[in-house]
Parts: sequence; structure tokens; C-alpha cells
Amino acid sequence: MKYSIFSLARAALSGHKKWPRTWRDPEPKPRYDVVIIGGGGHGLSTAYSLAHEYGIRNVAVLEKGWIGSGNAGRNTTIIRSNYLLPGNIGFYELSMKLWETMERDLNYNTMVSQRGIVNLYHSDAQRDAYARRGNAMRINGIDAVLIDREGVRKMMPFLNFDNARFPIQGGLLQPRAGTARHDAVVWGYAHAADRLGVDIIQNCEVTGFVRDAGGKVTGVETTRGKIGAGKVGMAVAGSSSRVAAMAGLRLPIESHVLQAFVSEGIKPLIPGVVTFGAGHFYVSQSDKGGLVFGGDIDGYNSYAQRGNMPVVEDVCEGGMALMPVIGRVRLLRQWGGIMDMSMDGSPIIDKTPVDGLYLNAGWCYGGFKATPASGLVFAHLLARDEPHKEGALFRLDRFRRGAMIDEKGQGAQPNLH
Amino acid sequence: MRIACPFCGPRENGEFSYLGDAKPKRPGPEAGEDAVYDYVYLRDNVAGEMEELWYHGGGCRSWLKVRRNTVTHEVFSVEAVAGAGAQVAS
Repeated sequence: MKYSIFSLARAALSGHKKWPRTWRDPEPKPRYDVVIIGGGGHGLSTAYSLAHEYGIRNVAVLEKGWIGSGNAGRNTTIIRSNYLLPGNIGFYELSMKLWETMERDLNYNTMVSQRGIVNLYHSDAQRDAYARRGNAMRINGIDAVLIDREGVRKMMPFLNFDNARFPIQGGLLQPRAGTARHDAVVWGYAHAADRLGVDIIQNCEVTGFVRDAGGKVTGVETTRGKIGAGKVGMAVAGSSSRVAAMAGLRLPIESHVLQAFVSEGIKPLIPGVVTFGAGHFYVSQSDKGGLVFGGDIDGYNSYAQRGNMPVVEDVCEGGMALMPVIGRVRLLRQWGGIMDMSMDGSPIIDKTPVDGLYLNAGWCYGGFKATPASGLVFAHLLARDEPHKEGALFRLDRFRRGAMIDEKGQGAQPNLH
Repeated sequence: MRIACPFCGPRENGEFSYLGDAKPKRPGPEAGEDAVYDYVYLRDNVAGEMEELWYHGGGCRSWLKVRRNTVTHEVFSVEAVAGAGAQVAS
């Protein structure tokens, strides 16, 4: 159904007891034009774009658990496009523009809130680096404002400006950045894709690929039987290597655990998103009042969806250094998600060497903000067999060619990105 | 997660730095581009038991080979990469 003020009023009259399902629960058909593995934000966004932009509606999204049960439900909900390098900068700005129209496009309230992000700087060298990044953004038509110490103080007077070792000197502000409601993004794409005829099949784990004599992928084996496919797209970040291994592929990816944290609800404190420039700590405040924050990945290979204490300590130390005002706030919840850490810190959206199998992977810890553009760019590749212009550099063979997109300049050591 | 360093005893994992999978071996100078690409960029990314290299920077500063389960974080064995000789040298 289409949601509107009228559907809301109608449902209110019946005490909100007659809302229909947001998406169907279909049995898998024997064959689809495109099968997407992975019912997270990226998989559902891909299916939506295939149906909406490219007219391919005979599409299934296969999810081993329930949709949004992986990283789509485990992130810190930040959206932004403050990147530096060609390849990333246009792609993330495309994503930002899609966030801005998402609620109308999907007919779903995804609570996109453009409250701004401030990346703080604490030294002259860091200011220069942020000035360079801000200039790169502005050249590409993206909003960026370099603000000084007093500008930051006006926005966030509660920060520790006089930290003896790392005094706040200012920050790079992207006013259009912000947050969105992560679960609603998943549900919104499921709602919109389902209305266009996409089958969303939950509790259906892919256990292998079906291949013809020439090696082309012609379907998938699943816990709910064999499903034929014209093309198969993988959007299973966190488990990309495991699924690719079923097709005999090794990827330039390691799986690492990243922890996130939420405090008890407090009164409105933080206007947007703020990141500490001298340690790794970033924080925003949810509409419920909880402070949502995180820091570094744990740094070792993990599929455990939970982390360890040293990083908890490190994140909390970063928080206390930046804003001692949170010292008495209690931690409510803490969890881990599995990151597809690529070898240069940037994603991969490309065909694989296996005919009929397409890859969307390597999102590191930045996949949530990419959700809308990732779906559009991946759908373009699946529909047209050629890369979208904003995803043209996210090639799988860029490592072999030496064409890395290395925002942080750390080299092929994923736990340092 | 605690790692039982053969020299220092059980220590929390914050004392250690991680290099990664112990399996890739640096190819020789004549091995060719494919072998180097494989060594530098491709990973098995094992879900389960894996041998990996850790550095005990917060302790004895030894390189250690740790056999660990990447799904449960259980550590099965820890030994010095340099082998028994390293123990004598310490």
C-alpha cells in the first residue's frame, strides 16, 4: 500500500490494528532474471533500483536471516559525503543526493536528518589537511565550511576546548551531512521494492552456486531449494569472502569487527555529528536521546559480531578527552558488526572473473551512507553490464593495476584503514 | 580475548598488535607479478581456525604465531615465530 496522511488517518480510526504487511512473504520462484544475495540495505537498494530505474522486476533478494539483521542494523547511522579522492567523492555525493530525496522516492519515513557533521582539527597540519579536503569537496559542488575554534564553540560549547595536549582549533563542517534511521532505511527499500514486484525471501541461506558446463553461474543452491538466475549479485559485506569462496574466488578483503555504542537517553545535547581529530571517536545523538558513538575497529580478523575490551576502553577515553560532560552518562548497549575491510579502504562494485556473478563488497566501516548509491550503481552494472559513471573506479582488478583509492594512505593492511 | 604469551603469560589482547594471516609467504624475486599480487592483496579470510601473526608490543616485543578461531575468538595455541631458539635467547 502507499503510505500517506489518509492511510494514517484510516488506520488511526481502527486503532492501528489493520495495517497490512509492509512487504510480502513469498515462496521462492524457480527462476529470476536477477538474484541478489543479501537482504541488507545494499541488497534491497539494488533490487529497488533494478526495478525502479532499469525496469527489471523479476528480481529476488535472498536473506539468510531477517532483512537488516547484519550491518544495516548495526551501524551508527551517519550519512555524509566529505571524501577527498576521485572515485569516492562523486560516488558519495550521488549517495547524499539520493538520501535527500529518499523519503519521497520510497514513500517511507526514513528519518533523514541533515544536522551536519564537524570533523575537528587540533593542529595546524590537520587544519591544512581539512582545508584541502574542504576545497576538494567544493570543487566537486559539495558543501564544506572550514570553521574556527569560536565557530565550533558556538555550535558545541560543551566540548573540551582546552585539552592540554589536543586543544580544539576548529573543524571542517559539512552542513548537509547528518543521520538517518537505519532500520527504516531497510524497511523503506523493502517496502518500495516489494511494491515494484521484487520478491524478498527471508530465512533463505545461499549454500552454493549452480554453474553450467562453461562455468557460468546460472543460479544458487539455498536452504529453500535451487533458484535459477540470469545473473547473481552478491551484497553480503562482512561475509563476502565466504560467499565468494563458494564460487572459487579469493578476494582482497579481510573481515574485521567494529563496535558501536549507545548511552542512556539524555536531553538534547549534540546538534549533529562530531568527530574527534586526535583520537578515533565520533558521536551523534539519536531522536530518542541516546548518544550513538564508536571508534576504531578491533584490528584482528573476526566473524564474531562482538569485540573486546581494549577498544571499548579506547573509545571511551576518546569520548572523555573530547567531551568530559559525558563522564556520568551510563552506557546502555554495545555491539559489534563484521566489516568487509578491503585492501585500500574503498569498496568494490564490479563483475567477477566468474561469468554471471557480480560483486558488491569491501565497504569497510562506511557502508551505511553509501546505501542508496551502492544500490543504484550495482543495479546499473547488473542491468547494463557496464559500470555506472560514479562507480567506474571501484573495480576488482584495481589492486592488480595499482589503481588503489586509498583515502587514508595506509597500504594493503586492512586493520589500519 | 586473552593471548597466553609463551614468555609473559596470559595477557589481554590490547597489549598485542595484529599483522594478519600467517599463511601468505613472500614470493621470491623471480616469482612474477601474479604471485606478488596474491601475496600482497588476496586473503583466504578464514571463518574458523586460522594461524596468524601477532606482535607483543606491550610486553616482550616478540612476534608470535597464534592459532585462533575467528568466529568465537577462542585461542588454541601461541608460540614464538622464531621457534625454540628464541626462548633460549631470552
